[in-house]
Amino acid sequence: MSYIIDRRLNAKNKSTVNRQRFLRRYRQHIKKAVSEAVTRRSITDMQTGEQISIPTKDISEPVFHHGQGGYQERVLPGNDQFSQGDHIPRPEGGGEGNGSGEGNASNQGEGMDDFVFQITQEEFLDFMFEDLELPNLVKRQLAGAEEFKTRRAGVSNQGSPGQINIVRSLRSANARRIALTGSKRKKLKVLEEELEKLEAADPVVKDNKRIESLLQEIAALKGRIQKVPWLDDFDIKYNLQVKYPVPSSKAVMFCVMDVSGSMSQATKDMAKRFFILLYLFLQKNYERTEVVFIRHHTSAKEVEEEEFFYSRETGGTIVSSALYLMKEILEDRYPTSEWNIYGAQASDGDNWNDDSTTCSKLLTQEILPKLQYYSYIEITPRQHQALWEEYESVADEFPDQFAMQQIVDPSDIYPVFRELFQKKSA
Amino acid sequence: MTAQQPISTSSEWTFELVEEYDREISALAKEFGLDTYPNQIEIISSEQMMDAYSSVGMPIGYSHWSYGKQFLNTERSYRRGHMGLAYEIVINSSPCIAYLMEENTMTMQALVIAHACYGHNSFFKGNYLFRAWTDAESIIDYLVFAKNYVAKCEERYGIDAVEQLIDSCHALMNYGVDRYQRPYPISNAEEEFRQKEREEYLQRQINDLWRTIPKSEGGEIEEEAIQFPPEPQENLLYFFEKNAPLLEPWQREILRIVRKIAQYFYPQRQTQVMNEGWATFWHYTLLNTLFERGKLSEGFMLEFLKSHTSVVYQPPYNSQYFSGINPYTLGFSMFCDIKRICQEPTAEDREWFPDIAGSDWIKTLDFAMRNFKDESFILQYLSPKVMRDLKLFSIVDDNLEDDIIVGAIHNKEGYQAIRESLAGQYNLGNREPNIQVTKVNIRGDRSITLEHARHNRVPLGESTQEVLKHIHRIWGFDVHLHSTDNGILCESFQCPAPVDD
Repeated sequence: MSYIIDRRLNAKNKSTVNRQRFLRRYRQHIKKAVSEAVTRRSITDMQTGEQISIPTKDISEPVFHHGQGGYQERVLPGNDQFSQGDHIPRPEGGGEGNGSGEGNASNQGEGMDDFVFQITQEEFLDFMFEDLELPNLVKRQLAGAEEFKTRRAGVSNQGSPGQINIVRSLRSANARRIALTGSKRKKLKVLEEELEKLEAADPVVKDNKRIESLLQEIAALKGRIQKVPWLDDFDIKYNLQVKYPVPSSKAVMFCVMDVSGSMSQATKDMAKRFFILLYLFLQKNYERTEVVFIRHHTSAKEVEEEEFFYSRETGGTIVSSALYLMKEILEDRYPTSEWNIYGAQASDGDNWNDDSTTCSKLLTQEILPKLQYYSYIEITPRQHQALWEEYESVADEFPDQFAMQQIVDPSDIYPVFRELFQKKSA
Repeated sequence: MTAQQPISTSSEWTFELVEEYDREISALAKEFGLDTYPNQIEIISSEQMMDAYSSVGMPIGYSHWSYGKQFLNTERSYRRGHMGLAYEIVINSSPCIAYLMEENTMTMQALVIAHACYGHNSFFKGNYLFRAWTDAESIIDYLVFAKNYVAKCEERYGIDAVEQLIDSCHALMNYGVDRYQRPYPISNAEEEFRQKEREEYLQRQINDLWRTIPKSEGGEIEEEAIQFPPEPQENLLYFFEKNAPLLEPWQREILRIVRKIAQYFYPQRQTQVMNEGWATFWHYTLLNTLFERGKLSEGFMLEFLKSHTSVVYQPPYNSQYFSGINPYTLGFSMFCDIKRICQEPTAEDREWFPDIAGSDWIKTLDFAMRNFKDESFILQYLSPKVMRDLKLFSIVDDNLEDDIIVGAIHNKEGYQAIRESLAGQYNLGNREPNIQVTKVNIRGDRSITLEHARHNRVPLGESTQEVLKHIHRIWGFDVHLHSTDNGILCESFQCPAPVDD
């Protein structure tokens, strides 16, 4: 006798623990791969997981096994040309011991293929955020679900007691009662008519016996009609609420970065993480997010992302050129009535000395009034220069919209966002 | 023949149909005298199949990263379409658990039922190795115990400590089996287990081996004479479990768990060809017989044959798909050929197999299934016809020669040689290096010495040093490994690696 059991509804993620163990063990490898991917990917492309590859030799599980050499014999199928005593030259290159000809080399040879596997977007972001030391709540806000609003969408048979739709429930109860008692009521009507006739008859010919039995029957029928429940479980209808995501509207993010000779690639990579974080944040909160990349040295230019991060420039630095350009683009393409505007600037703090005042003037008078938020990060371990001091006065003037932070390593990035998130949750 | 309606014509399966096929196949299997454990057929989804796959066929297993690796690997090849998931996994337990994947067609479900529930199942129940070495009744209980025990250890001693220890045990898993003596039945009653544990604990307390109190007089001479272990030990995990000086009780228990599981799989590793061949032979025979009796439709048979032929396909040695001899092909061809020899023996068969030529095939096959393992099965039953059909030839790769030499081909002079050579290929004793514990320096630095006896001058592979690190982790003191050829020392390994001085 065989038992047949349907296990399809059992948990299917029995291997989850083992998978996590694996990720835990190869954390370093994965982190490295993720950080390479962050460098490689566009900052708007954070919606997918990542393929991670680890050299096979790093994850092999060693066991005692035979090496090559000595006297080895093998039996192979499909002889098409050999007779006893034939000599076959050893295949070139390494395959000394298992010379069975071409077929074998690939699967017994050194097999230096990498072990490749996929991590999910959530895991990807987790690994990326790890350096940034984001609090969990923020991580969830960035990687997790969007915000939802509920909306009426008809009625349903399931729901919570709070959602009962009284009118519809009673209507359906009524319908049920009518349907269930139809035949009985018809009978009742017939009997009642007969009773009426009999009672109306002359008292002399009155058939009391019949009346008696009619009355009994009528009582019984009425009793049965009474027994049909007035409200049953399945009468109850609930208002159906569906959830739908509510990104507020449109946002544009200006990435401004100094690309003068003093900015090294490492500095730019750090800046990139900062921009990614801001982008992810905006993307979660707005339906549409556009990104404008402005790079500058002595003059500013709107560029594509690739060029923004990876082309090298030399020369001095005039920050105000970028702010001018930003102002122009704002006026041109992003009216404040339609767009939420965010600015993010990364620099190593270098600027022409007399330019810094121009910058702060531009910001306070032209730009900041239109902006939701502007963040400035200075990626340098050195002393602050004129730009920082000017910006400090800007921060005093616009404490709600302006944040600045000096960054030496990636974990410093987060504090810039703290205010932003706090404001958000308030 | 009575005009029979086929059981089903659609490719969709339903529970009723699965039951009905199972009933038919079961009745027929009984007719052929297959003796099985009760069956438990479980319908699962493809994700669950991947889970089952990556836990190397154990329905329940302790958590370890290597299973995660396996899972990622399986998942990836499945997603890419490199691999259809195996359509069957069957577990040697009583009742015998077989998995059916919900995505499969009715034909595939019937094929799996015939293959796993009646083929493998009867093999598990009948073959002498399984009868002697595994305890189908209690394996699931034991796995549950193992999983919980490992989880408890993780809680207590940290994931890393447990993981490292299991890594080391896995490295020695193949050296954790008793080859010659039957192990105790795996105990399912926890009570019994605890009691044994206590016993062991007491035994350790009185274990005189590591006595550090100096002997008063005449110690010198006596120490020289002590030889431990008195005889070389091949079950390394067992030896460490009982004798490693620094292990905590829980660590010994984990060694024991890994060892028990290795022992459970040991018969499977020795009977792959037979087991798969037997199951394939029976799904083929059972379904064909049902078809002859009109119970299966022609469409069913076409689908079945297509999948059957791809299972038993053997790519030739020079094909890019070649990855060794396909155990399904070899086993299936051999069982079919035994049947043929019984039913229509030729003169050649009478010369090679005088005992079975012309005998009752069901009895002969049953005998072959019960009393052999791959090595002896091939040595006994590989017929010239099978060798010709598969065009087998053997090559000799001797590092003293310049070229590889073709040793024998499928002709009259070669049959015997190929048979022996192929049988040798399935001898686990030849496949794995022969490594034994020969000496422990119990009065000195507590170092342990292992000896590798070379077979046919074949040296150890490149991961040896890595494995020694694992042994060192378990043993806790210096580990030496000498590789010898006929008693002559060829190569020595040491862990920790010697410091130049």
